[in-house]
Amino acid sequence: MERILLPEIRPAAPVSFADYCAAEGFAALKRALRELSPLEVQQIVIDSGLRGRGGAGFPTGKKWSFVPRDLPGPRYLICNSDEMEPGTYKDRVLLEHNPWLLVEGLILAAYVLSVNHAFIFIRRGYETPAENLRRALAEAERAGFLGENILGSGFSLKIDLHVSAGRYICGEETALMNALEGKRANPRSKPPFPAIKGLWGGPTVVNNVETLSNIPAIIRKGPEWFRGLAAIPEAAGNKLFCFSGQVRKRICVELPLGTTLGEMLEGPAGGMEPGRTFKACIPGGASTSFFTPRHLSVPMEFDSVAKAGSRLGTGAVIFFDERTCMVAATLNLVSFYARESCGWCTPCREGLPFVREVLTRIEQGRGEPEDIEILREHVKFLSFSFCPLAPGAMGPVDGLLRHFEEEIREHIVKRRCPVRN
Amino acid sequence: MIPESLKNELKARVAAALTNREAAVDVMKELQSHCGWLSDEAVVAAAEILGLSTLQVEELATFYELIYRRPVGKRVIHVCDSISCWSCGCDAILAYLRQNLGVEPGGTSADGCFTLVPCACLGNCGEGPTMMIGDTLYGRLTEERVAEILEAERKALASSNSSN
Ligand SMILES: Cc1cc2nc3c(=O)[nH]c(=O)nc-3n(C[C@H](O)[C@H](O)[C@H](O)COP(=O)(O)O)c2cc1C
Ligand code: SF4
Ligand code: FES
Repeated sequence: MERILLPEIRPAAPVSFADYCAAEGFAALKRALRELSPLEVQQIVIDSGLRGRGGAGFPTGKKWSFVPRDLPGPRYLICNSDEMEPGTYKDRVLLEHNPWLLVEGLILAAYVLSVNHAFIFIRRGYETPAENLRRALAEAERAGFLGENILGSGFSLKIDLHVSAGRYICGEETALMNALEGKRANPRSKPPFPAIKGLWGGPTVVNNVETLSNIPAIIRKGPEWFRGLAAIPEAAGNKLFCFSGQVRKRICVELPLGTTLGEMLEGPAGGMEPGRTFKACIPGGASTSFFTPRHLSVPMEFDSVAKAGSRLGTGAVIFFDERTCMVAATLNLVSFYARESCGWCTPCREGLPFVREVLTRIEQGRGEPEDIEILREHVKFLSFSFCPLAPGAMGPVDGLLRHFEEEIREHIVKRRCPVRN
Repeated sequence: MIPESLKNELKARVAAALTNREAAVDVMKELQSHCGWLSDEAVVAAAEILGLSTLQVEELATFYELIYRRPVGKRVIHVCDSISCWSCGCDAILAYLRQNLGVEPGGTSADGCFTLVPCACLGNCGEGPTMMIGDTLYGRLTEERVAEILEAERKALASSNSSN
């Protein structure tokens, strides 16, 4: 298979400017600035079928097309590199290996959107990726790919790197804009949508690191080629998947979208740890509902995963073996969200600690039969929150109820954890 | 005491930003690395540098995981307790750290060297269990490896004390 983002064998050092250029790096940018109008570049991205890799899977070119072209005043592009969704480490691996794809992708996206000022919002703790980016931005500027009048095209762009101080909610796009403005990072209400009124009130696009890193190859090789990379015709392109949990190979790999879960588990993930059997997994990061052995044939791409009752999310696949108590796993996930709640709205601020409490008593053998109904109601109630954090937190709870109700019931009846004891 | 030179350096950074608030996180981080934590004095200084009220600074300072509004040890140990690390035994690592350092989560060891803080995913999920000390990530932790890392950190702290 052909890989765009991560080669199979990766040297320890990040790709250098010279190596990147030798492998047709910046060819897409040169061609776009010389031959293509911003709208033509946007059309190629629309035709490619590229969907956002940050979690929601929104079509990238379509998102760009929502930005009005005639509003006066500055407009902004933000690269979301906050990556705090548990299980997810793809953007870090990508930036440790090759920061150039993002730099070139950002410049191309800024060209489409007529943005002259872009930001990379990166989490704290990603020191190597941040350092790689600082160096790459400086080198790109020296080479004339950034700054005033890029390659004589009249187009100018400045990219600033913002290093955060750690808080999951900063990854939500409107909270991120508050964070960048130096405000408390609570989400903003939508509408107005960022495409109309975002950072400092200007039209703003937020895209994930992996999304933007795909753009140069799409422009260079064309939309049909990109669509053809996927394993099934309904999907387009490759995707980074990162494995963790009880599998032999806990690695980040680039695979065609639509590769089935079973192919992933037995192939690149190397199977479960010796002597262990597959009980469940989280298919797309902490906010997605569980998959079970029934789902091994599901093609891992946005629509198929949604049809099977979960979400592809960030592509972080976390595998659990038969020794894992699913109530305890869900409790861990809900505890993460309860702690990371930004506190802005009541369903999330009050509801998540309550759900954590209910799961704790079930896990400790103090649960009552009506707790199952209480959990079910809260999956509904928490969808009335201000932003997607709380509904995301209830993704695994929903999965627990749908696939492991028997296991919950056993906890309640036996008054202890039946898996770990 | 926060030196005037640092204040002036930070004022210059604020002046270069689009709005004064934009540099707030950077200013808090710099002051914290000077003081060890974001002390009351640092909050007042940040407010002055940023042209904000102390309340506005407080509202930001209490939001972030890596801004410390209470005194901490010389090194803060952030141990990931999110799902991937949980699935490979972070509970045991956290228990070992509590015992080794003689502290509860959030506490500082009696010798003032370490503060122990459980934290959200550190983006090192394939290499769990994971912890971060300063800017350094440590993965694939076992009790033995944690003991070695603490020993090395203690030595480094001792030698930086004696050279001061
Ligand atoms: C609570 C929360 C946290 C998020 N964290 C991230 C993140 O760390 N990185 C990211 O790219 N998107 C994150 N998102 C999704 C963003 O809001 C946004 O949809 C995404 O950055 C858009 O990029 P894309 O269209 O390229 O996927 C998060 C969303 C929510 C609700
Ligand atoms: S759902 Fe949670 S994170 Fe989102 S605004 Fe409400 S309190 Fe904040
Ligand atoms: S879950 Fe521990 S580093 Fe991601």
